[in-house]
Amino acid sequence: MRFRAKIVDLACLNNFSRVINTIAKLAKTCTLRLTVCKLYFIVSDKVANGGTSMWCELCQGNFFDEFQMEGVAAEHNEIYLELVPENLSRALKTAHSAKAVKIKLTNKHCPCLRVAVELPSLSSSSRIVTHDIPVGVIPRRIWNDFREPTVPDFDVSIYLPVLKTMKSVVERMKNLSNFIVIEANLSGEMNLKIETDLVSVTTHFKDLGNPPWASEDGCQSSAQGRDLESMVEARIDIKKLQQLLAGQQVNPTKALCNIVSKRIVHFILLHEDVSLQYFIPALA
Amino acid sequence: MPFSAPPPASGEPYVLSASLDNARHLSSLLRAVHFQDHATCFATASGLRVTVEDAKCIQANAFIQAEIFQEFAVQEESVMFRINLSVLLDCLTIFGTSSLPGTSTALRMCYRGYGYPLMLFLEEGGVVTVCKINTQEPEELLDFDFCSTKVINKIILQSEGLREAFAELDMTSEVLQITMSPDKPYFRLSTFGNAGSAHLDYPKDSDLMEAFYCNQTQTNRYKISLLKPSTKALALSCKVSIRTDAQGFLSLQYMIRNEDGQICFVEYYCCPDENISEAEV
Repeated sequence: MRFRAKIVDLACLNNFSRVINTIAKLAKTCTLRLTVCKLYFIVSDKVANGGTSMWCELCQGNFFDEFQMEGVAAEHNEIYLELVPENLSRALKTAHSAKAVKIKLTNKHCPCLRVAVELPSLSSSSRIVTHDIPVGVIPRRIWNDFREPTVPDFDVSIYLPVLKTMKSVVERMKNLSNFIVIEANLSGEMNLKIETDLVSVTTHFKDLGNPPWASEDGCQSSAQGRDLESMVEARIDIKKLQQLLAGQQVNPTKALCNIVSKRIVHFILLHEDVSLQYFIPALA
Repeated sequence: MPFSAPPPASGEPYVLSASLDNARHLSSLLRAVHFQDHATCFATASGLRVTVEDAKCIQANAFIQAEIFQEFAVQEESVMFRINLSVLLDCLTIFGTSSLPGTSTALRMCYRGYGYPLMLFLEEGGVVTVCKINTQEPEELLDFDFCSTKVINKIILQSEGLREAFAELDMTSEVLQITMSPDKPYFRLSTFGNAGSAHLDYPKDSDLMEAFYCNQTQTNRYKISLLKPSTKALALSCKVSIRTDAQGFLSLQYMIRNEDGQICFVEYYCCPDENISEAEV
């Protein structure tokens, strides 16, 4: 098992840091899956995570100038590591003006991701700051726990409103209630609602648009035949939604959510080189 | 952009209805008196007064006169209710506190009367938020019986002169001592904290002093924890008037200019601290 990679371009480095910062806001620990072409940050929907799960995918070619990986075995040319993304985020914070960042999987005393940040220096020899981030190697027999989640059989799919507005509203609502109801219909309307003994607040978004989904047999699953105006809702933990929105530092190219009535809300946020899927289960 | 709320559904008309193009004209004033969760709202044809009290010693009032609103109608002689001010502020600022210049949140406020919730309709950029906030029985408010005829000492200062002083008050001191006198030191703020005493003097001929009417030397102490919230009102204001009466009751009146240049007032009343030993001058 070997892994080493290098980023030299400053824009790529900042981009990569931004992705890691977003992941760090969403998960305390996660699984990093390395393949020849891609990196994946995965949180599977175990009870420990409160039922939320995450799948974030990046093409290594968009970020790394050098990328060499040798998996556990020839037929399973992948590496699965458990890590604390906040550690990686902190290491990259020292790199905002770096000449280069090298990442390498090492096993001196225990498995680590060694992040070596080469900083500009006035003298001929460079300054290097090294961070050793402990990781856990995930054995192949449980790789199946980390498969890509399937798009649920949703009732409504709708584009999200301008994230900045959605973020402000959800942050205020978080002061007022622990739970939020997201409801939407196939006419591009979405409502965010909270209700407590003291107060009820509803924010109405219109003209959001519903993404066209083509399924294998050419018709849209359970969304077909649905009355365009009728609302589908799910009640979720408001903190999870606020964390998702707070982690978005740049506006995505596409942002949408799929709602399975009273079961789960599936968020898809697409940027040029990163795709993020986040599942928040509904509560009674 | 004012917009009309749906007409009252079942019979009951609104006893209070108001429209405001820029909700910040209301939310910023309410923040200046937000040091407790609960506030009492009192509306008459002249406008809205929001009162917050603490410890039976301090009272803050924010006045938003009817002219500030694009529409302000009160059907009875007066309307009064108690409401959670933290919740009200979260609702008024639902679209965020800092807006791009040129954008603002439009507000419509409606109240059907005793026992009904306060309804807020807020709109920004085509997005509408509807809030329903439960109201409570109004409680009796303190009456400081402070009127201009009983004022012993009065000064009017430009707020910028006091802002730094109030922001940096030594909070390890239990009291803020205010001395007002026709003779030196004229106007002095003093604290007595862990590191020692601090005195800040403002001479009567200072540029910051807009008016100085002191007839008698008075030194009064006030609990600093009660006065500290007034810093918010001071930060928003351009001028402040400081007055004391024979009992040592303190009145602070802040003149606040909003984004459109309209003037509103916030006032704080405070009782002198009872545990007074020989005052230091």
